[in-house]
Amino acid sequence: MRTIIYGHFTDDSDLLGAVKILQEKGIHIADVRTPFPVHGLDAVLKLRRSHLPKVAFIAGVIGAVLMFSFQYWVFTEGWPLIFGGKPYSSILSFIPGTFEITVLFAAFAMGIAFLVRSNLGPGSIPDILDEEVTNDHFQIILSAKDNTLSETELAEALEATGALDVKQVNTKK
Amino acid sequence: MQVSQVREPLINGEKSYENITADVMAPVRAKPGKLWFFGFGISALVMLGGFAAIAYTIWFGIGTWGVNRTIGWGWGITNFVWWVGIGHAGTFISAILLLFRQKWRTSINRAAEAMTIFAVMCAGLFPLIHMGRLPLGFFILPYPNTRELWVNFNSPLLWDVFAITAYLLVSLLFWYMGLIPDLGTIRDRMKTLWKKKVYNFLSFGWKGSARHWHRHESMSLVLAGLAAPLVLSVHTIVSFDFATSVIPGWHTTIFPPYFVSGAVFSGFAMVLTLMIVTRRALNLQEYITVGHVESMNKVIIATGSIVGIAYITELFMAWYSGVEYERYAFINRAMGPYAWAYWIMMTCNVISPQLLWIKKLRRNLTFTFILSIFINIGMWFERFVIVVTSLHRDYLPSSWSMYKPTWVEVAIFMGTFGLFFTLFFLFIRVFPVIALAEVKSVAKSSARKFIRKSSKNQKPEKE
Repeated sequence: MRTIIYGHFTDDSDLLGAVKILQEKGIHIADVRTPFPVHGLDAVLKLRRSHLPKVAFIAGVIGAVLMFSFQYWVFTEGWPLIFGGKPYSSILSFIPGTFEITVLFAAFAMGIAFLVRSNLGPGSIPDILDEEVTNDHFQIILSAKDNTLSETELAEALEATGALDVKQVNTKK
Repeated sequence: MQVSQVREPLINGEKSYENITADVMAPVRAKPGKLWFFGFGISALVMLGGFAAIAYTIWFGIGTWGVNRTIGWGWGITNFVWWVGIGHAGTFISAILLLFRQKWRTSINRAAEAMTIFAVMCAGLFPLIHMGRLPLGFFILPYPNTRELWVNFNSPLLWDVFAITAYLLVSLLFWYMGLIPDLGTIRDRMKTLWKKKVYNFLSFGWKGSARHWHRHESMSLVLAGLAAPLVLSVHTIVSFDFATSVIPGWHTTIFPPYFVSGAVFSGFAMVLTLMIVTRRALNLQEYITVGHVESMNKVIIATGSIVGIAYITELFMAWYSGVEYERYAFINRAMGPYAWAYWIMMTCNVISPQLLWIKKLRRNLTFTFILSIFINIGMWFERFVIVVTSLHRDYLPSSWSMYKPTWVEVAIFMGTFGLFFTLFFLFIRVFPVIALAEVKSVAKSSARKFIRKSSKNQKPEKE
């Protein structure tokens, strides 16, 4: 059981200003939900750089090594055949296949990592507080649990930033 | 927010964020009209006709086609290369233009990417049918088998299998990841419970959290970085199918860049053909503006000119190399029995895009529409010329031959159009045709409403 206080803005620059004001007051912001990626919001919220590019890199390297060594094995150990007088391990002709598998591995590993990390996936049920968030509402969510201030104080602070429609709900999560 | 006072807006008509959602979603919400059912019905019929022709080919064998011993690759491979080329514009728009931070891409990338996926599906059909035994199509995959034999990794034909498969899958992933937030938007606007549930399932439970957006953006950028070389590699590898052979007219090192620019050229032409109609039909003129058409036309001039230079370079090298077979191949192209195809190609691809240097024509929708169809035809003939004219004069004059498609090949080609448009008609009813979130994210800097507001605020400061 935890109490959530939320309100919204109808413009992204108002949202950025409000986030800054709340942070100056030392209020911890549980989540911000927006209809599109707001420019500069990640810096204000101090979100850490995502590890997804690293996932892509590692998966890409794995893909490259697997595909290259597989082709090498096929042509030197598995069933060596001479094609057009080329050597068994004609490395140059392994490059296109290796490249394609590298990209395939990197892209899919990153896509899957994104979904897993964000708890998104087929069948995932989101806790939507305001359906207009995917339209034109820029929502700030505060949680009483994360802050020393009481629920009413938090609601007042949020309203003071100009947030519209400030509400309180109790959720199970 | 940096706002250009000079650039024309990308979104016309005083649109707020809410208007953008409503306008883009309108086709998904509305009941399909008569025109949609008509278009969908015709496409589906043509598609079924194509499938029947494929069944006929498989049942009676490849002998039902016009291909012969000398000209083993006819319409099948021509259509394959053409469709793959059409697909290139989508990835070019969504990946390469993203890396170059071109904001105008946001209004057209979704539809162009969908087009890519459908075009690659059409393309992939041809090599499979061309092998003649569809049920044995899996032989092209390297899998452990009782013969203990593997596929030939030295062959460009096999590289193609990998390139096309990877391209289809990665394009699909890139497209769908971009769709997730917009599917969330549709879910929240739907009133019926089952529709809400379906769209929630499709949107993977998207809720617009800042953390998710942060990851989503970093993923999109890396995916674009991966897709950009991928799209260039695909047509490069398709060109290897020809370039690594020893057929005069095919055996040239210019093929990879020539094929890639040709692919982007034809792809943009197809995007224009489709989008000029779609924007009218779905009432999206304020999002896909004349400015967008002009930007695409500029890409057409650039890639079209590269293609033109490539044609002329080929001719020059045929003469300069001193190889008599090569020289004959090109003289035969321009003056032999298939000269008509060569000159259609030259007119449509080299001369017609040069008209776009004139700004009035570049911004004229009717002209652009007609020109884009000319380019589509021209690029189809480019592949036909490369495939058929290079083959029909064999090294031995006794093997010389001519090629004419049979009704089966024509029906299969038409059928792929049916497949393409059937999928496209379904797409515009189910998914948002414009990348909603992306358009909203550039609205502040590029929508007429916001530009006017900010220019009012800025003026006193400037003076």
